Amino acid sequence: MSEQVSMGDPGPTGRFGDFGGMYVPESLVPACIELEKEFRQAWADPAFRRRLDNLLRDYAGRPTPLTEARRLSDELGVRVLLKREDLTHTGSHKINNVLGQGLLTLEMGKTRMVAETGAGQHGVATATAAALFGLECVVYMGEVDTRRQELNVFRMELLGAEVRPVRSGSRTLKDAVNEALRDWVATVETTHYCLGSVMGPHPFPWMVRELQSVVGGEAREQCRALLDGADPDLVVACVGGGSNAAGTFAGFVDTGARLVGVEAAGGSAMGHGVPGVLHGMRSYLLQDEWGQILEAESISAGLDYPGIGPEHSYLADVGRARYEIASDEEVLAALQLLSRREGIIPALEPAHALAWLVRAVRSGEVPLGSTVLMTLSGRGDKDAETVMRALA
Amino acid sequence: MTTALGVAVEPHLRAVRDAGRKILVTYVTGGLQPHWIDALSAMVDAGADLVEIGIPFSDPVMDGVTIQEASSRALAHGANPASILDAIAPLEVPVPLVAMTYYNLVSRAGHRRFSAMLSEAGVRGAILPDLPLEESGPWESAAAASGVETALLASPVTPDDRLGELCRRARGFVYGVNLMGVTGERASLSATTRVLAKRLKSTTDKPVVMGFGISGPEQAVEAAAEADGVVVASALMRLFLDGQGPGALAAAVARIRQALDRG
Ligand SMILES: Cc1ncc(COP(=O)(O)O)c(C=O)c1O
Repeated sequence: MSEQVSMGDPGPTGRFGDFGGMYVPESLVPACIELEKEFRQAWADPAFRRRLDNLLRDYAGRPTPLTEARRLSDELGVRVLLKREDLTHTGSHKINNVLGQGLLTLEMGKTRMVAETGAGQHGVATATAAALFGLECVVYMGEVDTRRQELNVFRMELLGAEVRPVRSGSRTLKDAVNEALRDWVATVETTHYCLGSVMGPHPFPWMVRELQSVVGGEAREQCRALLDGADPDLVVACVGGGSNAAGTFAGFVDTGARLVGVEAAGGSAMGHGVPGVLHGMRSYLLQDEWGQILEAESISAGLDYPGIGPEHSYLADVGRARYEIASDEEVLAALQLLSRREGIIPALEPAHALAWLVRAVRSGEVPLGSTVLMTLSGRGDKDAETVMRALA
Repeated sequence: MTTALGVAVEPHLRAVRDAGRKILVTYVTGGLQPHWIDALSAMVDAGADLVEIGIPFSDPVMDGVTIQEASSRALAHGANPASILDAIAPLEVPVPLVAMTYYNLVSRAGHRRFSAMLSEAGVRGAILPDLPLEESGPWESAAAASGVETALLASPVTPDDRLGELCRRARGFVYGVNLMGVTGERASLSATTRVLAKRLKSTTDKPVVMGFGISGPEQAVEAAAEADGVVVASALMRLFLDGQGPGALAAAVARIRQALDRG
C-alpha cells in the first residue's frame, strides 16, 4: 500500500488529497498564480537549478554530512544516523528554502522580501539571503519570540533586516504569519513573501518541500552508501510547519522506511487538531468548536504553531507517515543527551525528534537494532539561554 | 420585503439605486459591546441601506488594527456565531443584513449548517474575504440553497477576465476593494478606487459598492462617484472602541448619509 504514496506535484489547485489549496484574499490571488508559474518554470530550468546548486554548495556548505552517532547508538540500542543540517551556513535547514526563494524573487523582478519567524532561524536565513541578493528585508516576529530569541533578532539586524515585533494574538509564530500576510497584501507588487515552511497557500507547501527535498535526497544517497545499498528502517524529523520533515520524507517516501514526524506536545495539530483553513491552506489545526484558532505552547519557538503543512495532513490520513509528540521535559533531556554523548548541541526543535525516539526505543515501539535516520534540523546556539533558564 | 427571514440583498440594493440614491453599507462587529444590537438598529435608523455583521475570527488577516481589536474584544466577551445570530434573529430591520467572517468559521460548522444558521437568523448575505473563486464552489451552492447571497471582493489587481467571472458569480452585490491592503481608516482615498469602480461598472449590472479605508463623508462621496455606493466599517468601529455609544455611531452614519444624498 504505502509504496504507492508519493510526494509529487499537487497540480494547479495545490491539493494533497483533501488538504492544501489556496485560501487567500483576492488581492493575493494573482501573486500566488504568478509565483506558481515562475517556480514551475524555474524548477524545470537547468540553468536555474545550476545557480541554486552552486549557491547551496559554495555558500550554504552543502552537502551536509551524515554522522553516525556511535555513543548515542550504543546507549539506545538502535543505530542512529544524523543528517547534519545544523552544519549549514546560518545553522539550520531554513537556508535551503530561502536561497531558492531569493533567486525566484530576483527572477520575478521584485525588490523586497518579507518573512515570518518563530525561533528566528527562518528570519535569519531570509535576512541572509536578502543581504546576499541585495533585497530589502522585513521580518515579522511575535513579541514573545523576540524576547525568547533576542540573539537572533540582533543577528537579523546585523544582516540589514528590519525586525517588526508583532503584538497581536498570542504574539508568536501564528501572529507573525498574519502580519506578514497583511504586509504582503499591501505590497505584493514589489514584495515576495518568503514563507518559511511547507505551509500557506499553494504554491508554498509544494515549493518549499521541493526546495527542502535536497535534505532527503542527500540523506538517501548517504544512507545507501553507508548501509550497502539499504535504506534505514525509520526516518524521523521534528515538525513545526513541517519543512525539514517534508524535505527529509521526500527522499524516503518510496522506500520501506517508516516515516515519523514529531510535534511539540503543546502544539500538536495532528494529535489534537481537526481540519480547517488558516493562512491560506486547508490542514489539521488546533481550533475550538467554533473554528477559533487555539494558541500552541512550547518551549521551542519554532514549533509553536497551531497548524501543520497540508502534505503532512495528507501523509497522515493515508497512513504513510505518523505524527507523534514530545513534551518540554523530554526535549530538554534529549538535548542534553545528544550534547554529552555526541558533542552536538541541537536546537530545541530537532531535540523533539530525538526525545520521541528515546521514548519509542524504551517502550519497544522501535525495535532494538533498528537503523534510524534523524534530521538534525539546526544547531542549539540560539537556544542556549532558554535552556540555561529551563535547567536552572 | 420584510419577513421573519430578513431582506434579500440584491433586490433591495437595486431598489436603492433605482431610486437614484447611493448605497450606504455600514458594519458592526457582533458581540463587541453589550449594546451592539442597539448600534445596529441606530445605524439603520440613521440611513444605512445594508449592515454587515462581523462574526469575529481569531486571525483576521484582511483586517487592520481597528477591526482586529474589535474582533479580539468581542471574542474575549464570549461572542461566537450562535450568540451573535441569536441576538439578531428577533430583530426586524427594513434592510438586508450580511455576515462578514472568515472561512474557517464556515468550514468548522459545515457549509450547510452555517448557511442555515444565517438564513434562520434572517441574515441573507455573506462575505468571506479569504475564500477566492478557486475555493468557493462548495460554499456557493450551500449558500444558494439557503437563500444566502455571497458577495465577492474584487481587487485593484484582479485581471479583466477574472473580474468578469467574479462579477458573474457574485450574489447580492460586488464589493470593490479600494486599495491594496487591509481594512482600516486612511487619511485619504486611494487612487485605485476610481479605476476599479469604473472597471466594475463596465463589467456588471449588479450593485457595486466600494470599501476599505473610507473614514468620513468626503471620502464616501468621492468613492461613490463611479460606483453605486460605499462601505464604512473601521471608522465606525473606532468610535465604538473609543467608548462612544449607539447615538454617536448613528450621528456618524447620518453625516455620511447626508453627504451621499447631497452628492
Ligand atoms: C532548527 C529548526 N528546526 C525546525 C524548525 C521547524 O520548522 P519546520 O517544521 O518547517 O522544519 C525550526 C523553525 O524555526 C527550526 O529553527
